[in-house]
Amino acid sequence: MAEKKTNRRDFLFTATYAVGAVGVGATVWPMIDQMNPDASVKALASTEVDVSSVNPGKTITVLWRGKPVFIRRRTDEEIAEARAVKLEELKHPEKDEDRALNPEWLVMLGVCTHLGCVPLDQKGDYNGWFCPCHGSHYDTSGRIRKGPAPTNMEIPKYEFVNANTIKIG
Amino acid sequence: MSDHEYNPKSKFGKWFNDRLPLLTLANHLTDYPTPKNLNYWWTFGGILTFCLITQIVTGLVLAMHYIAHADMAFDSVEHIMRDVNYGWLIRYIHANGASMFFLAVYIHIFRSLFYGSYKAPREIIWIIGIIIYLLMMAAAFMGYVLPWGQMSFWGATVITNLFSAIPLVGEGIVTWLWGGYSVDNPTLTRFFTLHYLIPFLILGLVILHIWALHVPGNNNPIGIDVKKPSKDTVPFHPYIVIKDGFALLMFMIVFAFFVFYTPNILGHADNYIEADPLVTPAHIVPEWYLLPFYAILRSVPDKLLGVVAMLSAIFILAALPWLDTSKIRSAVFRPLYRQFYWILVADVLVLGYVGAMPAEGLYLLIARIATAYYFLHFLVILPVLGFKEKTLPIPLSITEPILGGSPNLATAKNKESLNR
Repeated sequence: MAEKKTNRRDFLFTATYAVGAVGVGATVWPMIDQMNPDASVKALASTEVDVSSVNPGKTITVLWRGKPVFIRRRTDEEIAEARAVKLEELKHPEKDEDRALNPEWLVMLGVCTHLGCVPLDQKGDYNGWFCPCHGSHYDTSGRIRKGPAPTNMEIPKYEFVNANTIKIG
Repeated sequence: MSDHEYNPKSKFGKWFNDRLPLLTLANHLTDYPTPKNLNYWWTFGGILTFCLITQIVTGLVLAMHYIAHADMAFDSVEHIMRDVNYGWLIRYIHANGASMFFLAVYIHIFRSLFYGSYKAPREIIWIIGIIIYLLMMAAAFMGYVLPWGQMSFWGATVITNLFSAIPLVGEGIVTWLWGGYSVDNPTLTRFFTLHYLIPFLILGLVILHIWALHVPGNNNPIGIDVKKPSKDTVPFHPYIVIKDGFALLMFMIVFAFFVFYTPNILGHADNYIEADPLVTPAHIVPEWYLLPFYAILRSVPDKLLGVVAMLSAIFILAALPWLDTSKIRSAVFRPLYRQFYWILVADVLVLGYVGAMPAEGLYLLIARIATAYYFLHFLVILPVLGFKEKTLPIPLSITEPILGGSPNLATAKNKESLNR
């Protein structure tokens, strides 16, 4: 055929495909979205933690949304060490002041940003954390210094409800 | 299908076959002309079918006792081991069966690599095989999560986190896979569902794999096209059935050795500790059959590129029919390829070894060299070799050199001495 003329049938085909595609999409989406976190999982969004028994130099680990959260009461040396680091030396530059608003307390997700293992406390080349899975070293501010992890350990949303209680989430 | 019309002898058989030609299919399968020189490396297709059926049957039974819930999964597996009649046997067959399945599939894959079975006109068979292999890895990984031990949990965490390397949408995909903010009950229940589904997908693909095989027929150790049926072929039954059966018996001895004498040697002691989201085991190591790819992942210092390298190492196999530019199939007639083939085998074994070792120092250096060589083999050596290599003359048929009077008699003799 030298010339293709658009006729009523072509229009009907296109319209049918278009409606069909929308229908398939609308049917498939619930099947995909059902795998996302459900309402009961989302409802567990915040946890309150009593930190009155945590002495300087100690870390407690609490579970928040199924993940460990490290709450470390840092010593003065650790704070000084974390704050003395120049930003140029960091793979993922973040000031310690921004990560620990109250310098004594470091609250962060205890999840290695490489592949999700739980790093070990007070280990590694930077006196912070060391991930045993694939060898990532974090400093006393939980910032990545060496190894395959791409970013610093994440700081969750948290606040001090009072002097002894931290609310995470 | 069959090269000749099949007529059932009985009246009922004819009546049935006219309506559903199952007897024609059965006749095709028994009479199917097979190259007469197939060696024992060709028996692993049958062995793999046995492995698949074993996994499906034992898995079905285990699912009658297993409870897919984060609070109960670990205990239900112990319940299977201690309380269920023969539960220990069935579970050990299933767990070791996975390893046996991979052992057989690796031999099957490396047989194809040696004899060039992936080359035209068998590319589709090969690609279906690679898809089956990928599904096997997915099924094995999810199955390993189900006992909800420490290795289950942290293996699941590490492997699902691979997806977080994808820019922008990675985190969203991981949350979607988990059904939460960490590996938890929703993850376990969906893994159980998929672990149950995948073997049946594999079964369907196996049927396509065999169907695609029966179009050109089997490749063979000398890799030449065989006229069929002819003096070069024998009917599948009884010749290949007996040979496959004997090889299967030998294989089952190895299988039984693991099941009855060292049922836990291929597993990790950490998986007898219940999953704890607060403590990561000191050494997370995948099952042995995934170690080479794990070594590739860890040899790259960048997260995204490491994942890309690992996936490429698998997907590159699908492109193999086009990366290998040589027209000669069998390594028997490719003196250089034969050497590179064995170097590749050694390379993969080295990758497997360093994958089990900590990723530091000398191990890391070896892993990097072996990873580089793996890609070099497929992306540089194979394409170039097809043009540069001086191949040996191939015989015109399987019988010709043996029956004498062939200009290629020397080749056949040479081949025989090489095979010893």
